[in-house]
Amino acid sequence: MANWLSKQRTIARPNFNRWLVPPAALAIHLSIGMAYGFSVFWIPLEHAVGIAESVPCDTDTADGIIDSLRGILGYSDSGPCDWQRSALGWLYTLFFVFLGSSAAVFGHWLEREGPRKAGVYAACCWAGGFLISAAGVYWHHIWLLWLGSGVIGGIGLGLGYISPVSTLIKWFPDRRGMATGMAIMGFGGGAMIGAPLADLLMKYYAGPDSVGVWETFVTLSAIYFVAMMGGAFGYRVPPLGWAPSGWQPNPKRKRMITSAHVHLNMAHKTPHFWLLWGVLCLNVSAGIGVIGVASPMLQEVFGGKLIGLDMPLKDLTVEQAARVATIAAAFTGLLSLFNIAGRIVWASLSDYIGRKGTYFLFFSLGAVLYASAPFAGEIENVALFVAIFCLILTMYGGGFATIPAYLADIFGTQFVGAIHGRLLTAWSTAGVLGPVLVNYLREYQVGLGVPVAQAYNTTMYVLAGLLVMGFFCNLAMRPVAAKYYMSDKELATERRIAHEGGLESRN
Amino acid sequence: MSETGNHEHPSPLSWVLVAIAWTSVGIPLLWGIFKTLEKAKLLFG
Repeated sequence: MANWLSKQRTIARPNFNRWLVPPAALAIHLSIGMAYGFSVFWIPLEHAVGIAESVPCDTDTADGIIDSLRGILGYSDSGPCDWQRSALGWLYTLFFVFLGSSAAVFGHWLEREGPRKAGVYAACCWAGGFLISAAGVYWHHIWLLWLGSGVIGGIGLGLGYISPVSTLIKWFPDRRGMATGMAIMGFGGGAMIGAPLADLLMKYYAGPDSVGVWETFVTLSAIYFVAMMGGAFGYRVPPLGWAPSGWQPNPKRKRMITSAHVHLNMAHKTPHFWLLWGVLCLNVSAGIGVIGVASPMLQEVFGGKLIGLDMPLKDLTVEQAARVATIAAAFTGLLSLFNIAGRIVWASLSDYIGRKGTYFLFFSLGAVLYASAPFAGEIENVALFVAIFCLILTMYGGGFATIPAYLADIFGTQFVGAIHGRLLTAWSTAGVLGPVLVNYLREYQVGLGVPVAQAYNTTMYVLAGLLVMGFFCNLAMRPVAAKYYMSDKELATERRIAHEGGLESRN
Repeated sequence: MSETGNHEHPSPLSWVLVAIAWTSVGIPLLWGIFKTLEKAKLLFG
């Protein structure tokens, strides 16, 4: 088995069709992208004990902290009680903390051992995490969910996310952006498949004794394991020095695309790494902040106007508020679609206008759009408001998809997967920064007496400010100084360690 | 082997495999997009 997973076994045969690699990467990214769709389980899990009605935790009899902890874990004096949303929500935090950290830690290992081994381990972690979570739901232990899907699944996310990056960039030196864009589009699209599929499965399995979640976890585990193993065994790495027939780097952009290589351990010592870290962190912070509040923001800004009534949200009846909430949910669905579209469109465009030019557009156009959103709210133009945020979300997704190609352009391809892994710590940081910034600024505005319909205005100006900072980080990007590049001898040593010394095609 | 060219002449069979591989990931993705659009149309209804 170990031999099947070795990097040497993944070297492409002559006449291998490179267009087989992107669907292999997509199979893995579409599977792990379900991490974004986990909220589909929250409501059923809040009823896992009571089934028809949630069983509240009895916190009156025992004392303070211990009782509170038991309540969070779903145990009370009178027996098991249902988990709360706040306890379940920790899964998201664990997902993205472990995604970022495992990508950073295992990136170098991936470069040595190859994408297939990383893909197989990712499949085992992601699918195994679902199985452990199923046991957690069945025996009602939330810590098993945190450990299974959060920690072990989170490690699978990190491994799976970075597994195809380096390989795709090497197969598509002529279209680096498009190639990585196709894979990373899958991570954005995973929830679009996984969430409705999970919904169907839960309805199928639900009965008088079960809300159907543990059975759904077991089924999804099997589906994702098969899909990810198929993807992992579909990976092939190109022979050393391979390039498409007749392809030459575009001389117009040669200055910003190096043919040399920076060592992983040297990359973070360059200002370029930290400038790109800032580029990713600032772009993601702004976008992720909006995603988190998209539904309440639309409802609070437009209120009854969404259903043709000229009254604020607080004055609507329960039935009217429910209709408004449904429309807001449609808005978040539309945003996810634009997020995915942006990943492939912007990343592909970056192959023509350059990576620096693409981020120039993200930050300049993005800042203008964020600053324009309050105006769209003031003139009560729902279509304009929706269009602004749809466009913003394309650039959020595009930022994720274009960054691997930017790294390859600046640091070379030898360690691009590992450097990308370390750069993903910017994502983890943004995952905390963005939502905190948006939520606290809104609360602060409301506390000052600003009407809720205008409470997001200052937030939008602050997010525009973040993009202006990102604009200057991107503007400062230059080619890496020659002193940071590996010598030919160092490169040969690294290639030998990475089993690339004799990466000729197998016959 | 030479650095370029050897992998640039995929067999016709490989294009069949490409079609199968893309269909395998494309169908679920299109289903997901369809389900999302189905919900999103409420915004314009």
